[in-house]
Amino acid sequence: MPYHRPTDLKAALSLASQPELGVIAGGTDVFATWQHGQPLGSLLDLTGIQGLAEIEVSDSGIRIGAAVRWSDMIKADLPPAFDGLKQAAGQVGSVQIQNTATLAGNLCNASPAADGVPPLLTLDALVEVASATQGRRLVPLDGFILGVRQTALQPGEIVTAIVIPTPPIGAGSCFEKLGSRAYLVISIAMVNALVVTDTGGRITLARIAVGACSPVAQRLRRLEVSCIGKRCSEIVVTADHLAGLTPIDDVRGSAAYRRDAVAELCLRALKGAAG
Amino acid sequence: MSVFSFTLNGTAVEASPATGERLSQTLREALGARDVKIGCNAGDCGACTVLLDGQPVCACLTATQQVIGKNVETLAGLHIADPVAHRLAEQFQDHGAAQCGICTPGMMVAAVALLRADPQPSEEAVKDALGGVLCRCTGYRKIIDAVMGRPAVLRDDAGIVGVVGDSIRRLDGADKVAGVERFSDDIAPVGTLEVLVIRAPFARAGFQFGDLEDWAVATDGVEAVLTAQDVPGRNVFGVIPQFVDQPVFAEAETRFRGEAVAAVVGTPAAIKALAPDDFPVTWIELPAATDIHTAQDAQTSPLHRDRTGNVMCGGFVQCGDAKAALERAEFVVEGHFNSGFVEHAYIEPEAGFAQMVGDRVEIYAGTQAPVMDRDSLEIILGLDASKIRIVPTGTGGGFGSKLDLSVQPYLALAAMKAGKPVRLTYSRTESMQSTTKRHPSDIHLRIGANESGKICGFDFHGAFDTGAYASWGPTVANRVPVHASGPYQITDYRAESTGIHTNNPPAGAFRGFGVPQSAIAQESLFDVLAEKLGMDPLEFRILNALENDTPTVCGQVFAQGVGIRKCLESLRPAWKTARAAAAAFNAGSDTRKRGVGIAAGWYGCGNTSLPNPSTIKSGIMPDGTVVLHQGAMDIGQGANTVIAQIFATALGVAPASLRLIGPDTDVTPDAGKTSASRQTYVSGAAARLSGLALRDLVLKRMNVSQGAVLSFGNGQVVAQDAGKTHQMDLAGLAAAADGFVFRAVETYDPPTKPLDADGQGAPYAQFGYAAHLVEVEVDTKLGTVKPLNFTAAHDVGQAINPLLIEGQVQGGIAQGLGMALMEEYLPGRTENLHDYLIPTIGDMPPVETIIIEEPDAHGPYGAKGLGEHVLIPTAPAILNAIYAATGARITQVPATPASVYAAIKKAQP
Repeated sequence: MPYHRPTDLKAALSLASQPELGVIAGGTDVFATWQHGQPLGSLLDLTGIQGLAEIEVSDSGIRIGAAVRWSDMIKADLPPAFDGLKQAAGQVGSVQIQNTATLAGNLCNASPAADGVPPLLTLDALVEVASATQGRRLVPLDGFILGVRQTALQPGEIVTAIVIPTPPIGAGSCFEKLGSRAYLVISIAMVNALVVTDTGGRITLARIAVGACSPVAQRLRRLEVSCIGKRCSEIVVTADHLAGLTPIDDVRGSAAYRRDAVAELCLRALKGAAG
Repeated sequence: MSVFSFTLNGTAVEASPATGERLSQTLREALGARDVKIGCNAGDCGACTVLLDGQPVCACLTATQQVIGKNVETLAGLHIADPVAHRLAEQFQDHGAAQCGICTPGMMVAAVALLRADPQPSEEAVKDALGGVLCRCTGYRKIIDAVMGRPAVLRDDAGIVGVVGDSIRRLDGADKVAGVERFSDDIAPVGTLEVLVIRAPFARAGFQFGDLEDWAVATDGVEAVLTAQDVPGRNVFGVIPQFVDQPVFAEAETRFRGEAVAAVVGTPAAIKALAPDDFPVTWIELPAATDIHTAQDAQTSPLHRDRTGNVMCGGFVQCGDAKAALERAEFVVEGHFNSGFVEHAYIEPEAGFAQMVGDRVEIYAGTQAPVMDRDSLEIILGLDASKIRIVPTGTGGGFGSKLDLSVQPYLALAAMKAGKPVRLTYSRTESMQSTTKRHPSDIHLRIGANESGKICGFDFHGAFDTGAYASWGPTVANRVPVHASGPYQITDYRAESTGIHTNNPPAGAFRGFGVPQSAIAQESLFDVLAEKLGMDPLEFRILNALENDTPTVCGQVFAQGVGIRKCLESLRPAWKTARAAAAAFNAGSDTRKRGVGIAAGWYGCGNTSLPNPSTIKSGIMPDGTVVLHQGAMDIGQGANTVIAQIFATALGVAPASLRLIGPDTDVTPDAGKTSASRQTYVSGAAARLSGLALRDLVLKRMNVSQGAVLSFGNGQVVAQDAGKTHQMDLAGLAAAADGFVFRAVETYDPPTKPLDADGQGAPYAQFGYAAHLVEVEVDTKLGTVKPLNFTAAHDVGQAINPLLIEGQVQGGIAQGLGMALMEEYLPGRTENLHDYLIPTIGDMPPVETIIIEEPDAHGPYGAKGLGEHVLIPTAPAILNAIYAATGARITQVPATPASVYAAIKKAQP
């Protein structure tokens, strides 16, 4: 079974149109879940493609190539709206994982506990996908991850970049991860908040996203609305704000615990984001 | 397959990896870089960390194709060529930062990347850099010290360095930090036939094989299939003669998820391609009893025909009249406590290599008990012991589980049937599914006290889930009632334990044999009782502490050596300052609350009322080399160094001058198992006797006094005696057995007495004692608990090597912390190291170790055992601290954030 590592995107897209081809970037999820005796088939490795490992900042926004790794994100010079994403980057697995795993791979793996998703949701991220036949299209992140291990990728399509519109001026961002130990831990729950405040400390814009409490991480739109005009200290998170979440009981924590913890994490993330 | 080139440790190399080949496999198998260790194959442990263009990555998660044209560095190469790595290696040795050494390559490689960028890193930077490498032995603190280059406390002055009491480097440390020590998966030559064990996917199942011979013939690369039919001796093993009950291969039915039914022997390619589902076996899932209550239900049939109600066995100790005492007690408290399965989680999964040499079978594997392994294989293989050789390899952690057989019978049977060398390496999941665990416990306890605060009545009932097979379950059942009192004076005592079979993995030996579980109940309730009495918890313990000349609950009276009071008293200053600091912190903090907890423990060293000898052989070669046959398995705890220090002290030389020969069963006498905190005490006592006997032979032959100072070398012995120099040429002496000109073989067996029906007797010749203090911070809104620091007092009788004692204390605390806060093995759910969590470097706070030396008359130079004592007080101390911080009393471990949060909510008015 061949292992393809093309150096240009055109070749990659042409290969991607072949059926039965697995796609690999950093490979941390591919290898971690590989079972004894499981055939891997042919693999298409995206990490050799020219330009795909770059973070580009332009007037219209920020483009994170599909081969950009978490450690690249930590080092990148980006506005404070990316602080939450950087904090998440520093808490994905370990340094070893951060040096290997890609942000795009985190989205394609579509785990409910993917640390990258809540911060990217608050950045209104779009996923750029491409195929040899259909060309490129942009999919909003909340329409890209469809369920547990399910994405909107069509046969022959690969992710080429994560595209982020220029964030609101003055936005701050904060990521709060809850786990049972310090490093190498799958989140029990996590929250990212991105806010803009006025000179009096009142919130004028709020985006809040929660992970590991539903099959797909989601924005808390009702909480976001309720924050407007308030100082962080005045915000109360109600059950109604969290109504869209469907946390489960598992080895990491109970559903009831997750609900209460998320409310607290929201407040902390908001405070962190508001500075 | 194409050929690719990259740079490995400065040399251009070529590889032809298959699609999906991990870099770790390419490095180890194609390029000989066995210094890259594989602990999990999932990025969870970091043992395989290598540098890729200078950045640390897990080789197990890296496709080999991704390193084409790049620069890969591993520990062995770094140690030779990189001054940063070389310096770090020295620091690792000075601090004892490598214990078993299996995580050391990953740790050091990750640290080199940090130190290249930041030569003087902060503690936080070290934690961030090493957070991806798990260590199960050290408790991480020595690693932090080494990477930060903190000063070490070694003795390095003139004189005989390394005698009893000296902190010296491990004698076997150099190979660990150079990446050249050979562990159990590092022995087999490339291309050796491999073994894959076929295991049950259900807690209980019937099964039927297809035509195995046809399948083997039809499957490319398969050389042999093994089942129960292929066991030439008896298809059974176990560690306690009356309870030998576990089949090598299940016959009619499997009794736990992960139990073996068959094994396939094949070429590496054939085994790699073989999914367990490809093997011709049909499973029929059967109703299973996976908890002790179901198992004891009248409707449930026993797992073993002769064990009615699934009761394996019980233990019992009684003195005075507990019931009457509790009736007259002014204060009575009671509680119900639970704990789950705990996995040993050594970073080295079981592995090994076997070959036939003539008509003998040789097995190379990690172990804690080489001679017990041989004894068990005699029965399974139907061979005389003389036909079996066990060659222990470097053992990457054990903690009790490597006392039992794992890979050994499959390796031996496969080598015998295939007639060729074979290797077998368990996957992490296979290791977790099939090897022993700590017993889950279900404990009911009532304790009374009179108004003065003295204990008045103690009634303990503990049920332990011993899983599908006995393993060391009977030992747990016996030890718990003896130890459940804790190190206190209790005159009216009753303790009963039972081991219950379930369709869970066999529970066996794990650092403390059930005592950490019973200590959680006893030490938690002591705090409840102290509060009810209005007494300070530390002073309450001191008031009730066991003393010399007072009977234990077994009626054993020690005239000397009882050190618990000193341990507890040594905590008074820390108790005072830590509680004041916590109160001050809490006054200014709403969400985060701090609390201080204490707990104590004791542990009898060696077997309970059973013979437990160690034999140590030593000798002098004609060239003057002093040889020590060091048969006490070093699984990281330091026996190679400690036993050598004791022997060297007795002989009167420096331990570094000794030539050590390890516990290969062909050449070294049985020093017993590395278990029950017995090696420093029992093998140490034998080593002392051997050293004294050897010295005596030399002194007599040279006709010099007892005070003579000896030196050996250059074919001579030189004795400085009363101002005169005496020389003896060794070349002229007749060499006796083993080529020695002087030879001393000595055995030591601890004096114990049997326990009667009420558990009265003398179970151990010595106990060691411990008391821990911990300060924790609880995030009351999230339920997370962060231990901030420990103060750990241990009565070790006589410290042989204080540096190694600190290592044992820190490592034991890390395991106790894990048990308290995060570890629970659930078959089918936490069978890997990302769902089963053990502490990382960021979870382990500083530890101040207080060494108490209350000498023991039996121990060598007064020494007592230590290994297991450490984690006995840790978990209850943490639970008591959580209570102090929050008012929430946790009675079930692990105290996960969710359970702590729930308890806090419940405790709030």
